[in-house]
Amino acid sequence: MVRLLQFAGQGVFYAMVAVLIGYFATTPVYQQFPEGMAQLKLSFAHGARREKACSRLTSKEIAKLPPNERRPNNCERKRVAVHVQLDVDGTRLLDALLEPIGLAGDGPARIYRKFPVEPGAHIVIARLRDSRSTEGFDYETRREVFLAEGQNIAIDFKADAGGFIFR
Amino acid sequence: MMELLRAPLRFVFDRAEQGLGLIFPPEWNPMLNLGALGFFFYWIITASGIYVYAFFDTGVTQAYDSIEYMTHDQWYAAGVMRSLHRYASDGLIVVMLLHFIREFSLDRYRGVRWFSWITGVVVLILVYIAGITGYWMVWDQLAQYVAIVTTEWLDHLPIFGEPIARNFLSPDMLESRFFSLMVFMHIAIPLIALILLWVHLQRVSKPRINPPRGLAIGVMASLLLLSLIHPAVSQGPADLARVPGTIGLDWFYLPLYPILETLPGPLTWGGAGVILVLFCSIPWLPPMRKTPVAEVNLENCNGCTRCANDCPYNAISMRVRSDGLPFESEAVVDPSMCVSCGICVGACPTATPFRRASELVSGIDLPERTVADLRQEVEKICQPFKGKNRILMFGCNHGVSMSGLKQENVRSISMRCIGQLPPSFIDYVLSKKFADGVVLTGCSENSCHARFGARWTDARVARERDPQLRRRVPRERLRVLWAGRAGRDKLDTLLRNFTDDLAALPAEKSPVHKASERKKLMELADG
Ligand code: HEM
Ligand code: SF4
Ligand code: SF4
Repeated sequence: MVRLLQFAGQGVFYAMVAVLIGYFATTPVYQQFPEGMAQLKLSFAHGARREKACSRLTSKEIAKLPPNERRPNNCERKRVAVHVQLDVDGTRLLDALLEPIGLAGDGPARIYRKFPVEPGAHIVIARLRDSRSTEGFDYETRREVFLAEGQNIAIDFKADAGGFIFR
Repeated sequence: MMELLRAPLRFVFDRAEQGLGLIFPPEWNPMLNLGALGFFFYWIITASGIYVYAFFDTGVTQAYDSIEYMTHDQWYAAGVMRSLHRYASDGLIVVMLLHFIREFSLDRYRGVRWFSWITGVVVLILVYIAGITGYWMVWDQLAQYVAIVTTEWLDHLPIFGEPIARNFLSPDMLESRFFSLMVFMHIAIPLIALILLWVHLQRVSKPRINPPRGLAIGVMASLLLLSLIHPAVSQGPADLARVPGTIGLDWFYLPLYPILETLPGPLTWGGAGVILVLFCSIPWLPPMRKTPVAEVNLENCNGCTRCANDCPYNAISMRVRSDGLPFESEAVVDPSMCVSCGICVGACPTATPFRRASELVSGIDLPERTVADLRQEVEKICQPFKGKNRILMFGCNHGVSMSGLKQENVRSISMRCIGQLPPSFIDYVLSKKFADGVVLTGCSENSCHARFGARWTDARVARERDPQLRRRVPRERLRVLWAGRAGRDKLDTLLRNFTDDLAALPAEKSPVHKASERKKLMELADG
């Protein structure tokens, strides 16, 4: 009798553990993104112009360099910061100066940002400056997009491809 | 400080163990088989994983489709295997975390035990990584979430020139190479974990790797039933052009993902770093009192190998005799592996309190509290011990508490481990009339702090393992109780009943005191 009760108890125990595992393997569900919204994702990695233009070395200066380091130009490695703006329907969602990465500041500037937006039609304007000038933008793209609920549109930037790319 | 944390945890584990003890035979108690269950789940995961892998296609769209095929078209085989794979992985997390917390609560991570602890921490991390890569491979909406949150989190570190989360920016940027990497990691990491588990057990002798059959059958049956009733399914194909709103998270593997996703990177990385450093350093946090390790006294060691057989931590090896005595081998203690439990002392045939002619020096002993000290304590605590039904109790520092005993007729001696007590002490106490009865107690049977203290004591008393309790010891004057910390009630009851039982026994003959007889005893004990 005791043995039987024991087995029954074990059955109940196993069932409880199984229910626990089965339940927490997927539930409670997690709302990772608000219902009824859409998303714009702005991300790129882009190397801007160098901070200073390369200067031509004089032949004297070249001669002074050790033989294995002789070169016609002297280039500073540091790049300028990338200035980027994102407007949606006239509201500025982002206005940022992205510093280059790398210890010497010679790497690309990077961004990876997500913006939840209402679904529907929007006018998106993205601007970017990567030159040494201090005002104005080198690239600007204006795009009318339509976002369904839960849709995600990525805005990438590739200078070779002419600027911003909406994916 | 740590003790404040350990005590309540230990209380919970003791209670859980007791509760399960009501429905499980002692050997099957899941709480006492956590490590073994970990291995059991690992084997289920491996077997089901191999089966599922045979049907798995690597690739952006093929992956999801091949898993859908398994789940729906072949639900009776590959589908069940998939479910087993998932649920055994979840079970592994449960038993691993319990094992982790339990070893901590039992204070089994400090000193030379750092070895098992640190390898355990690495395995813990690897198991999580294996699980995460597993969810990634399915390439459903959960996988998409996992991929994006993971890469975004890694991108907080300034090591990637281009954010790796950009690989998941839009459908046209997705490449199969990421899947190949995941498949590779998902196979390689569990293998590395297995190797580390082998290392994990290098310093524990005779580890319980396989759960007892009854428990294994029960666990397997419940996993199978769960897989049939509530099969594991995917959560819709991944689509990087969409943001899934709600997803079903596996809360065993991914409970931190919502946090990683919402809190700023420096905070989550900082937090992870602090936790890792804490986990890796607790074996060395104060108070770090290193008790002197067991020492061999060669003159008294006859190379019988009993200590090496009984040491729970592989700390003793038998080497070629170095002192010219006519024995084959000698015991050698590796101080870096000895936890000073004293179980070897309890195993040594020369550790007998009957030895009077020569000075009592055991072949192996704990310098902090030698067998000679122990004998002295026995004699002191029992002098004078007047009255009837006098009980001398031997217990350990980790088991049931013996403080504040209410009964006048009970006195107690606590040791590092009950396994330190050579069985000849029981004979000594009873035959010399130091007390009328002896109680041995300690940790609960299968969760002995020094792993084998209770087990070897049982076997020695039952005359199944050397050194055996002498036959002449009246068994009715001996009680053994493995109660664990929560067992004070049981102990009090046992002491009351034992007192009554002793009172009912007929008076004994006079004690052994004749010189000739003592000499004979000594020879017996020595030989
Ligand atoms: C899959 C994961 C793991 C498995 C399968 C496993 C398995 C085992 C087994 C079978 C034992 C021997 C138990 C015995 O026979 O007494 C053991 C001991 C031990 N484990 Fe684990 N373990 C795992 C993870 C961990 C983790 C994450 C930790 C903590 C960081 C840990 C800490 C320990 C310690 C400290 C011991 C030694 C106990 C002692 O000194 O008496 N283990 N493990
Ligand atoms: S004291 Fe314990 S760990 Fe050390 S050698 Fe003896 S039995 Fe092994
Ligand atoms: S148990 Fe004692 S006599 Fe036997 S090998 Fe160990 S130390 Fe030597």
